Amino acid sequence: MTLATAVRSLTRDDLHTLLYWMRLTRAFDDRVRLLYNQGRIPGAAFSQRGHEAISVGSSFALGPDDVVAPMHRDLGAYLLRGMTPRRIMAQMMGRVTGVSRGRDVNTHGMGDLSLNIIGYVSPLPDSMPLAVGAALAFQYRGEARVALTYFGDGSSSEGGCHESLNLAAVWRAPVVFICENNQYAYSTPLSRQLTVENIADRAAGYGFPGIVVDGNDVLAVYEATQAAMARARRGDGPTLIECKTMRMLGHAYHDDGSYVPRDLLDEWSRRDPLLVYERQLRDLGALTDDELAALDRRIAAQVDDAVDFAEASPWPAGEDCLEGVYAL
Amino acid sequence: MTELTYLQAISAALWEEMEADERVLLLGEDIGPFGGAFKVTKGFVERFGERRVMDMPMSEWAFVGAAIGAAMLGLRPVVEIQFADFIATPFDMIVNQAATCYYRWQAPVPLVIRAPSGGGLRAGPFHSQNPEAWFVHRPGLKVVAPASPRDAKGLLRAAIRDNNPVIYFENKYLYRKVKEDVPDGDWTVPIGQADVKRRGRDVSVIAYGSMVYEALEAAETVAAGGIDVEVLDLRTLLPLDRDAILGTAERTGKVIVVHEATLTGGVGGEVTAIIAEHAFELLDAPLVRLAAPDTPVPFSPPLEDFFRPNAVKIAEAVRKLAAY
Repeated sequence: MTLATAVRSLTRDDLHTLLYWMRLTRAFDDRVRLLYNQGRIPGAAFSQRGHEAISVGSSFALGPDDVVAPMHRDLGAYLLRGMTPRRIMAQMMGRVTGVSRGRDVNTHGMGDLSLNIIGYVSPLPDSMPLAVGAALAFQYRGEARVALTYFGDGSSSEGGCHESLNLAAVWRAPVVFICENNQYAYSTPLSRQLTVENIADRAAGYGFPGIVVDGNDVLAVYEATQAAMARARRGDGPTLIECKTMRMLGHAYHDDGSYVPRDLLDEWSRRDPLLVYERQLRDLGALTDDELAALDRRIAAQVDDAVDFAEASPWPAGEDCLEGVYAL
Repeated sequence: MTELTYLQAISAALWEEMEADERVLLLGEDIGPFGGAFKVTKGFVERFGERRVMDMPMSEWAFVGAAIGAAMLGLRPVVEIQFADFIATPFDMIVNQAATCYYRWQAPVPLVIRAPSGGGLRAGPFHSQNPEAWFVHRPGLKVVAPASPRDAKGLLRAAIRDNNPVIYFENKYLYRKVKEDVPDGDWTVPIGQADVKRRGRDVSVIAYGSMVYEALEAAETVAAGGIDVEVLDLRTLLPLDRDAILGTAERTGKVIVVHEATLTGGVGGEVTAIIAEHAFELLDAPLVRLAAPDTPVPFSPPLEDFFRPNAVKIAEAVRKLAAY
């Protein structure tokens, strides 16, 4: 795609909205890393760096009634769908005001059906069939809604990935699969995971389109997702979009990622999704220094507020763990 | 009242719930025009159409996952796992997804998974298993295992109306072997309630599934010798009906727990532990577990007959315990 085609469908406000979500995602994630290293976030937390254009660009294509099932590097999708920084930070800190009220760790279990978000579990790609099932519910009721979900290069090796893609194909389900190919499954590089160049090529085996996009180009991700959403909404079935990117930090913050070759990271750091997008906006004359500075101030204040809110929030009482195992 | 076999009772519950609630749909392998491996859904696709009676590809992991997603989005899917043995394939979806979503982020998962289980049919290691204990160990699930046609119907209705994932173990040995009058109209058997199928003073036999009938037969056998046996049908395995379990232990002071599943880590261990913890002073004899030995389910008739508990073995255990 060319920049011009993507931009034609977006207003200046849209372009700035994308910028806002990407930079909020980055700022929030940077703060999470800091808080984790300071011992203020228990457990573990997953780096988002390198994935911002994918989570934001794809979920920006969702309509209000569409459902999204994100995973651990899709902080941008949660934020964009209306999950507040306060709730997410409280979730990270295990407080009662967090999304899961202290029951699940970091971005796990951050589902909220009132926001049309399905939470994820640690085994991946376990959200894929759920998205296919959500799409089934839409078909069943004759609703023009679409489900969007994500998986990684790591989960592409799971049998469940094949099953989910195949089931979606058989049902011609209104679902969009985003593969976030960040080249590493924890410490395992692509060369030890698969032999094909593109995971998207596998879509041909299911009889639906597989598309490769630059996962560090938010407009490319958005445009590809929007086209796939439209196709799904028309009743033409699923699409697999493989977004090529690089996980710029460790698997989670306890992991220094030292097994990743330095030159690979250097190469990808020049393609940082935030830098790429900032350059695009400046080239279009759609961003001034003042605007960017104002945006970043607003974001920093929001992140500060989220941290203050989370740290002021109570811990759950120990015995709260007994409540709510079963729905009434 | 209508006289129904165990299998007909299951079909009737499905049929009536589908008639009553548009949100109920069926997913499974060969359940459509073929009517299911055991014909539980014979005639369903003709009545309800392929939209609501969906034949699945061999993808249990994905279609159980899809059923979970559909349940979150407002449907009430009933999945048929063709043989309970194959439930290991979608195990991850059941225990990691379905069982935990409400606890973690308050998403109810109103899902029923029907799993035809049990042996005695010379079906070998992979068409005879009783994997209920795997799921009893998973908070967030409910597990039922009806024995009678009446309970089969009432519990399946209750399961479909429940807002939690329910694993429904239907014992395929019973499908066409038992029949009884089942009330018409709209009623359920509440999940979590055991049922005393026979009152007695001397020895309690706690059982579920096909072993309830073996226990009742054994009770008749030993009655001739003057031993009065109480038979408690657990009906629900998660949550267990502790009051009913302790009640029967209190009445007789001698308890045998019987199941078709293998001994170690089985439901019998949990039932006897409840009694040992809470009714130890009321016992007149050691607790007894009668279960299949810790082996895979063997095929050849002499092997399977040795493996599987039955009325003769239960009667023998009852006589021994009564004499203690």
